[in-house]
Amino acid sequence: MGDWMTVTDRGLSSESKSISQYTSEIKMSPSSLYSQQVLCSSIPLSKNVHSFFSAFCTEDNIEQSVSYLDQELTTFGFPSLYEESKGKETKRELNIVAVLNCMNELLVLQRKNLLAQENVETQNLKLGSDMDHLQSCYSKLKEQLETSRREMIGLQERDRQLQCKNRNLHQLLKNEKDEVQKLQNIIASRATQYNHDMKRKEREYNKLKERLHQLVMNKKDKKIAMDILNYVGRADGKRGSWRTGKTEARNEDEMYKILLNDYEYRQKQILMENAELKKVLQQMKKEMISLLSPQKKKPRERVDDSTGTVISDVEEDAGELSRESMWDLSCETVREQLTNSIRKQWRILKSHVEKLDNQVSKVHLEGFNDEDVISRQDHEQETEKLELEIQQCKEMIKTQQQLLQQQLATACDDDTTSLLRDCYLLEEKERLKEEWSLFKEQKKNFERERRSFTEAAIRLGLERKAFEEERASWLKQQFLNMTTFDHQNSENVKLFSAFSGSSDRDNLTVHSRQPQKKPHSVSNGSPVCMSKLTKSLPASPSTSDFCQTRSCVSEHSSINVLNITPEEIKPNQVGGECTNQKWCVASRPGSQEGCYSGCSLTYTNSHVEKDDLP
Amino acid sequence: MNFSEAFKLSSLLCKFSPDGKYLASCVQYRLVVRDVNTLQILQLYTCLDQIQHIEWSADSLFILCAMYKRGLVQVWSLEQPEWHCKIDEGSAGLVASCWSPDGRHILNTTEFHLRITVWSLCTKSVSYIKYPKACLQGITFTRDGRYMALAERRDCKDYVSIFVCSDWQLLRHFDTDTQDLTGIEWAPNGCVLAVWDTCLEYKILLYSLDGRLLSAYSAYEWSLGIKSVAWSPSSQFLAVGSYDGKVRILNHVTWKMITEFGHPATINNPKTVVYKEAQKSPQLGLGCLSFPPPGAGAGPLPSSESKYEIASVPVSLQTLKPVTDRANPKIGIGMLAFSPDSYFLATRNDNTPNAVWVWDIQKLRLFAVLEQLSPVRTFQWDPQQPRLAICTGGSRLYLWSPAGCMSVQVPGEGDFAVLSLCWHLSGDSMALLSKDHVCLCFLETEAVVSTACRQLGGHT
Repeated sequence: MGDWMTVTDRGLSSESKSISQYTSEIKMSPSSLYSQQVLCSSIPLSKNVHSFFSAFCTEDNIEQSVSYLDQELTTFGFPSLYEESKGKETKRELNIVAVLNCMNELLVLQRKNLLAQENVETQNLKLGSDMDHLQSCYSKLKEQLETSRREMIGLQERDRQLQCKNRNLHQLLKNEKDEVQKLQNIIASRATQYNHDMKRKEREYNKLKERLHQLVMNKKDKKIAMDILNYVGRADGKRGSWRTGKTEARNEDEMYKILLNDYEYRQKQILMENAELKKVLQQMKKEMISLLSPQKKKPRERVDDSTGTVISDVEEDAGELSRESMWDLSCETVREQLTNSIRKQWRILKSHVEKLDNQVSKVHLEGFNDEDVISRQDHEQETEKLELEIQQCKEMIKTQQQLLQQQLATACDDDTTSLLRDCYLLEEKERLKEEWSLFKEQKKNFERERRSFTEAAIRLGLERKAFEEERASWLKQQFLNMTTFDHQNSENVKLFSAFSGSSDRDNLTVHSRQPQKKPHSVSNGSPVCMSKLTKSLPASPSTSDFCQTRSCVSEHSSINVLNITPEEIKPNQVGGECTNQKWCVASRPGSQEGCYSGCSLTYTNSHVEKDDLP
Repeated sequence: MNFSEAFKLSSLLCKFSPDGKYLASCVQYRLVVRDVNTLQILQLYTCLDQIQHIEWSADSLFILCAMYKRGLVQVWSLEQPEWHCKIDEGSAGLVASCWSPDGRHILNTTEFHLRITVWSLCTKSVSYIKYPKACLQGITFTRDGRYMALAERRDCKDYVSIFVCSDWQLLRHFDTDTQDLTGIEWAPNGCVLAVWDTCLEYKILLYSLDGRLLSAYSAYEWSLGIKSVAWSPSSQFLAVGSYDGKVRILNHVTWKMITEFGHPATINNPKTVVYKEAQKSPQLGLGCLSFPPPGAGAGPLPSSESKYEIASVPVSLQTLKPVTDRANPKIGIGMLAFSPDSYFLATRNDNTPNAVWVWDIQKLRLFAVLEQLSPVRTFQWDPQQPRLAICTGGSRLYLWSPAGCMSVQVPGEGDFAVLSLCWHLSGDSMALLSKDHVCLCFLETEAVVSTACRQLGGHT
């Protein structure tokens, strides 16, 4: 914009120059002159104007100039430069006053114009910069538009390409599908053709077989015979019987008997399973009721009505269903009722357990954050501080005593000093006594605090234990419910699950209780040992690392993968090694059965002395 | 664990008698019967030619020796050594021979499966069954020995005939909805018959004893189907191994699939224990100083020892790239067996031939994987407890139980390459078979072992 401005300015000025020259030569009309003057006012005037005026008015044309000016001025509404003449013929006199007035007015006008011009110029400048700004904005936006347009085009292009690709892929998919269809048809047709051919061949083959049969079997082949010393008796001791319709019927009967037996057996099994499940269900129900009824009293106020009614329902149901006869009925009649009530109870139990879980987690958090950890830290800090203080005080007392003794030793003869010293001693004693009592107080407080802490911790532990037990029993119950394997297995599973469940719980309790009672003891007994074991046991104790394993076994005697103490192993093992026999055992970590204790570790070659065998 | 000395053997023919008292083994054309406890020879029979197949009768009184090349079957009595019986199939030929469950009839299949001849040892009667199907497992007896199911093929259709074994009366005869029946197998309770189709089509059909179709199951189409089938001893489960490397377990109530055991090449579940057989030569390290000097013992030291290491998951197993352009590709579940208590299932995926997978049937998950150094030849469950014996054709015997696993070097001069094994029904011992030797391995208590050893000592 600035550039543009200057350019226009320059052009303007040059134009005005040329115009001025032009007018000086050709005498332009005064009106145009005026406008020209206005236009070129921005140019330093003095010289220009001077030259201009000098060009305008010369010695010769003063009269004309004046009249011209007068004319001009009057047309612009200025008073006439001439005096008002009385007569027409008389030459009008130039009125100086009027001229001056006019000049003054013109000057004022000129100044005003200049001002206005300046304003306009600044405005122009402002507008120009605005314009500039807008233009830059515009160009920027234009650029942006361009880029976005380009982007859009790109995206459109990509979209188009993707669509194209998609179409292609669709086409390909379709082709592939067609291909698959075709191939399947081909396979099918080939298969049918193959089957057909096979059948043809088989027929031929059958014909051949038939022919062969005739050839081989029909001619009395003397060779086909059984040469037997004497016929032996039947395994069952009975004699063979003729085949009659009777035997056929008997066979049929027997077959159906077998089938029936099988079905009966299966039915019995199913019944047994059913009974077991019913039992479990009943037990679960009972336990649920017993579990839910005591806590019903308390939470009933809190728990909304629905659960309350459910509980009362449950009680009614329990009353009904606990009658033995109910259970002997086929499930058909009781089923719906039963499942509904169980479902309800289950829901209650679930919500209850969830609540308990929440509580526990809350207690956990509180216990750890508010009471336990922070207070313990405080506690420790406090004790440390106190101990430090005690230490300092002791030292102080010691130094004081030393000083006193020194004083005693040095100045025992001086009375005044002794007096002074006595005073000093007394004062000191008093102070010390005071301090001592303060200490005692502090100590007492401290003791009380500690006691309260331990109590709280114990309480917390008890609470947790109770909850754990509750949970474990519930878990166990759940495990019991899940035994749907066949009867034989179910026992196994039960055992197993019960075992694992209890061990789990034990671990849990160990974990949860330990850190409370012994906050700093890290040795957590079993888990550490276990991990050690799993690390050390997998490798086989094949001779070279045998010692290691042996030590491992002796360390953790609870896990007897190798059911042998080192003393037992020694002779056998050495014997085995002597006879060059290599054998290796890789046992599963943690397994309890020493399965190979039977085939244990002793290999004796037949050439070895048997006497050293136990 | 003790080992007997090695006895001679040919063509892996060695069997314990069903009552567990005797051990029959073949050396060329001789049949040797030993006492299981003392291992002393009780009887020695001489056949007419090299024996190709032996079988004990169910009452352990007779042994059948088949010589297929000659079309001959010779039967020997244990009670009366002088008693003899020879069955000649003549020009009809012989491809298979087996006892009926009563131990008084012999079923001979002639060449080209023209017919099955049922020879009776009690009477002169001979019965013929026509149209037996030439397939992998075409004859199956119920466990109680009452019924026999036989796969038949007539007019290009598959049939199953159920016979009453006591008088060979046809009880049921029905056609099966199969393209090309491959195998039949009774459930241990004898009430359900599993029938499966050729490997080209995944299809397994379950028939009741009275011929009713109970259920049909097909897991997928088009690709190769069933490779192996096994009933659980409780008849509760039917495990179906297929070419897609999966075992599907069907239940006995709805006959629907309960679960699917995949055999991935990498094991990620940390609950699964992966035992890896590791080999190390004893000369390595300083630990060898404690070893007795080589040559001090009875035999030469084996070049290396192996042991199991527990690998930490994830473990990737060695897999074979199956050659797809050949027939019978080495993929899919080729072997599977339930433990006697039905709690475990052992499987082998043929494209990870070194691994044995043990599945927990109670929890329906992978329990353990044993990766051997060489391909697994056979595995067999202890008949008494969940204990699995594995052999890989090397000189070692491998045992797995839920408690752990171990590998045992079979002693003896040279390497005793265990190609096959069979358990004694008591689970106390097993016979280990190599190409031309057999040796007994005793796992029992000290007392039994010591007596056996004493007896053996006397014998040698």
